[in-house]
This record gives sequence, C-alpha cells and structure tokens, in this order.
Amino acid sequence: MSLLEVSGLTKHFPVRRGMLGLSEGLVRAVDSVSFTLDVGATLGLVGESGCGKTTTSKLILGLEPPTAGEIRFAGEDILAAQETEARRRYRRSVQAVFQDPYASLDPRMRVGSIIAEPLVINEQSDAAGRRHRVRELLDVVGLPARAADLFPHEFSGGQRQRIAIARALALSPKLIVLDEPVSALDVSIRAQILNLLRDLQTRLGVSYLFISHDLAAVAHMSHTIAVMYLGKLVELGDAAAIALEPKHPYTKALFAAALPIDFDTKTEEAVLSGEVPSPLNPPSGCRFHTRCPYVLPQCATEEPPLRSESGRLVACHLY
Amino acid sequence: MPPVIEVRDLHTHLVTRWGTVKAVDGVSFTVSARETLGLVGESGSGKSMTCLSIVRLVPRPAARIVGGSVLLDGEDLLTKTEQEMQRLRGRKVGMILQDPMSSLNPVFSIGRQVREPVSMYHGLRGRALQERAAGLLASVRIPSPAERLRAFPHQLSGGMRQRVVGAMAIAAPPRLLIADEPTTSLDLTIQAQYLQLLEELQEKHGLAMIFITHNLGIVSKICDRVAVMYAGRIVEVGPVRRIFQSPAHPYTRALLESIPRLGARLGRLTAIEGQPPDLARLPTGCAFAPRCPHVMERCRAEAPPEITVAQGQVTRCWLHTPA
Repeated sequence: MSLLEVSGLTKHFPVRRGMLGLSEGLVRAVDSVSFTLDVGATLGLVGESGCGKTTTSKLILGLEPPTAGEIRFAGEDILAAQETEARRRYRRSVQAVFQDPYASLDPRMRVGSIIAEPLVINEQSDAAGRRHRVRELLDVVGLPARAADLFPHEFSGGQRQRIAIARALALSPKLIVLDEPVSALDVSIRAQILNLLRDLQTRLGVSYLFISHDLAAVAHMSHTIAVMYLGKLVELGDAAAIALEPKHPYTKALFAAALPIDFDTKTEEAVLSGEVPSPLNPPSGCRFHTRCPYVLPQCATEEPPLRSESGRLVACHLY
Repeated sequence: MPPVIEVRDLHTHLVTRWGTVKAVDGVSFTVSARETLGLVGESGSGKSMTCLSIVRLVPRPAARIVGGSVLLDGEDLLTKTEQEMQRLRGRKVGMILQDPMSSLNPVFSIGRQVREPVSMYHGLRGRALQERAAGLLASVRIPSPAERLRAFPHQLSGGMRQRVVGAMAIAAPPRLLIADEPTTSLDLTIQAQYLQLLEELQEKHGLAMIFITHNLGIVSKICDRVAVMYAGRIVEVGPVRRIFQSPAHPYTRALLESIPRLGARLGRLTAIEGQPPDLARLPTGCAFAPRCPHVMERCRAEAPPEITVAQGQVTRCWLHTPA
C-alpha cells in the first residue's frame, strides 16, 4: 500500500538581481518528479549536489511550497487540503532527521526537553505523561534513561544522532525524511545508526525517505532508489537492480564512482568528463547529454521520457 | 631504492585543559617514490596530526613533537631550523587539504596565488612566469587556463578550486605529496576525476604520496599500502589487497565489515560497539580493548608491540604471535 504519492512535483526558484529585483531566470530545482513510497518501505534518493534531492525533501516536509504537482499522503491530497486540521495531521505524520547532530540539537536544552518538544507542541499530554514517553523513546534508540537530564554536548556524534532520531519518533510518525543521517558520523559509528534505523522500521513500520551521497548505504537501506540529475528523475526502480545493474549512463557513472571495495572487477570504469551544468541554464533535450559517453543525435533536442526497461523506469534514448 | 620519507617512532602531544593527549603515539612508516600510502582512521585517530608533524605545522603552543624522527631523503626534518623548514615546505613536501576554499585566499586572483610558488621555486618573472602558471593549470586539466588565471576562487566550482590547489602543490614539483581528504568536499563524479588526476600527477613526477581518508573504497582504488590508525597508533599496516582480504587486527576487520556493500540488502551490518575513545582518558594496554570482541586479560594490561604477521603486514594485537 502506498503511503506517499508524489506526481509531477515541480519547484522553480526565480533568480532576482539588481536593485529592482527583476526576475532574470528560473532555477528548475525539481522538475516534474513522480514517485510512490509504500508503507514500511524506504525510498533512497541519490544524486550530486544541486540535483534537487534536498529541495524534494523540503517540498515533502512542507518547508517549501511547490510550483506545481501533487503530494498525496495516505490517499489525501495535502497541498489542496484547505482545513488546517488536515495539514496539522500531515505535519505530525512526517518528521525529519538531518545530517549534523551538532547543529540540529539546541545546546541549551536538556535532552529530555528536546525529545519532548514535539509532544508539547502537538499533544495535550501532562508533564508526567511526557516524561514517561521520553524514557520510552530513549530506550527505543538505545540510550539510558538518565540521558534525559544531560545536555547535548555531553554526548558523542553517534549518541546525538540517536537523540535526533528519538525526537523524530516522538509523535509516532508514518514517514521520516533522513537527510544524510550518517554522513557526519565516524565510520565505526555509521553501522550502529544504520542498524538502529532498520530495526526501528521493522518494529514500527515507519517509512523512510533516505537521502545520501553514500551510495552503498542507500543501496543497503532502500527498497527503491530514485536517481536525480539537474532536477529530473533519470532512473527509478528496485534498489538491488539499480545498484547492481544500472541502466542510465548517469547512474552507471555514479555507481562506478562510488568506489566499492572490489579488487576482482578492476574494469576501466568510465570517469565522466566535465561538471554538472548550471541548473539556471540546463542543457536542452536530455540534461545529461553534455557529459554522456553514449550520446545520440536526438539527445540534444528531444527530452527522453521515463520508460519502463528491465523492471525499472529509465529516462534515456538508448532504451 | 631508499624511501622518500621515513617516519620513525613519532610522538606528538597536545597539552590541554583535560591533560596531555598523545595525539601521535609512536608512529612509524615509510613511503617510496611512486608509492601511495593510505592513512585511515576515525576523527581523532591522529592521521592529520601525523602529517602536520611531518611538515612541522602542528598547532602551537598546544601541540609539541616530543620524540622520533622524520627523514626526508635521509635528512631529519625535526632537527631543522624554522627557516630551513620554510624553504622545504611546498618545495619538497606539497599538501592538498580537504576544503579548497580555505586553502585559497578569496581576495587574490587564481593567477596571483599560482604564480607565488612558481616564482619562488623557479625564480621566474614576467611572461615566462605567466606561461608557467598557465601551463601548471593546464597540467591539472583546467580548461582555458590563461583566462582562469584572472578569475577569483569564488568564480570556480569546488572541483576546479581543488585542481588549483593541486596545481600549487605540484608547482616545484615536490618529493612527497600529502593529500588530507582531498575529495571529501567533492561530488562523486568529480571525485572520480580528481583521483584519476592525482594518479597521473604521481606517475608524471614520481611522487611519494600519503593519502588521508576514511573512505576505504578510495583506498582500494588508489593506494598501494594502507596504515590503519586508532587512538594515535598505527594498529595495522600492509599492502592494500592483503589487509582487505585478511585483516589481522580486530579493528581493521570490524571496519571492513561495518561498511555496506553495493547491491545486497543483507540484514544487519556488523557494527563496532561502543564509542570512539576519549584520547585524554585512554585505557592502559590496547586502546581498542574496550570495544574489541576478542579482548583478553593481557590486552587490558599491556599495549601490544608491532607483530609481523605476513610479508609486509604488521599489526599491534596480542591475538597474533610473531611469524
């Protein structure tokens, strides 16, 4: 059953310059992106900086209004929802964990108050009820109950990320947006947090939108992977299929550049030339054609639609 | 062939409010020409401090190099005067740091910054200097180098900036190149380009290279040997393939197992339990003992010595007996 259905999601940022603030163009940060996320499943969103993955997550979190498109959550169109009650319900059901647990926790608040804050805002429970819930949440993320009385600086990076996860879980959300949740952590701690997130999903049936540039971590965590390039979805499908047998030339290059530890298949992988073009002035046709090693004549003029190919969707003229 | 750089029993201490921290605690290694040594470990394990000690740029007054020797082509850098060191830095030892924006001065043009080392090392002026600087940018694959010399750092992308830093680092060219997480701030496809470039430069100039990273995938791609650091010590060192296929130290093994592999959504990862060590309060004995799954009585009492377990593979762990 799908929990989140995103269709034709688009976000354009006008670029203004000069004294009059005249619009000089549009950054097409997210351009007509569609995907669905099932209950209890993880969708991995990958791509390089500027591809629109963080903007996509902001649109889903309701932190930015989209230019066009539809977001349906549990069957309800949340953008069209006029009543504040429906929007409030949605905001409670969707929580986030960000990259840097040193920035996302208020250094002057005790951990107990940090975790209880969503409860204070969204629920009419009393102080005793909240204390009980905080203890429960600390236990769920593997921290001792006495952690509630301490301040964030008394914890290591991995423990802080556990606190951020506990706060995200406070309202029993159905969807958690994980924006680079382990990138700021030490290598030896990453596996602990990834394991915790997987365990929580099994236990609580929560869905994840997992955003990361660590492709191996995304492949490990996700059921489905969506690959973005300059605001467009270029490939979408089963995680293992995309990680092991990428079809789109960009996905291929990306996963080759992810450098898996592998001595046996030392094939001369194609290193992409050039840089990501400016999203202010993206290339015509297929946006990847300026860097693509397999470019065809029609790539420069015709934009390839997402088509079904070997059990996934690919936007490429090769198929 | 003698090694380009030989570090012997290096000790660097940091004097802090919480006591003396042994940031580098008896580190020894060698790197030869055209060889790349990967230095891996968590933050605080002493990787960067080791490299800063080599060029004697440890943060003063807190840090002090208290023992050991650093031989560059046989000459001990630790006994040189500050003036001698200044002549040596850049000329003999080049460095590329993580963030190109903090390596470059934002108010000077690229040209001015690239010309500085070139004129210093080669005594060039005027037109010849300008041409050499442009040639240097061309050698790190920066398109239209002559125009780029007039640009300022903020006008370049992250990948291009890091190329400029690379160009300055090989201006001499040096004998040893220290790259401290040079690709961490770059995107994946740009990272792949940069690694390829570093390999080319190393080949062309016969550089010895120390590559600091926490990305074991990069190590497997470009390093010949790897040294794994934990709490200021090298706990294992050896040829990359050997270490990755049969790691001797439990920390190395755990590190390799804790990394997700592409493709397989296999159950749980093998996590390393516990937290990274508090360097001001290290246990006596082996620093990894509190987190080690194979910990023995002896590990808590006595720090293990270097034990050779195979050709070129050395570890500090009581599980092994000298071969």
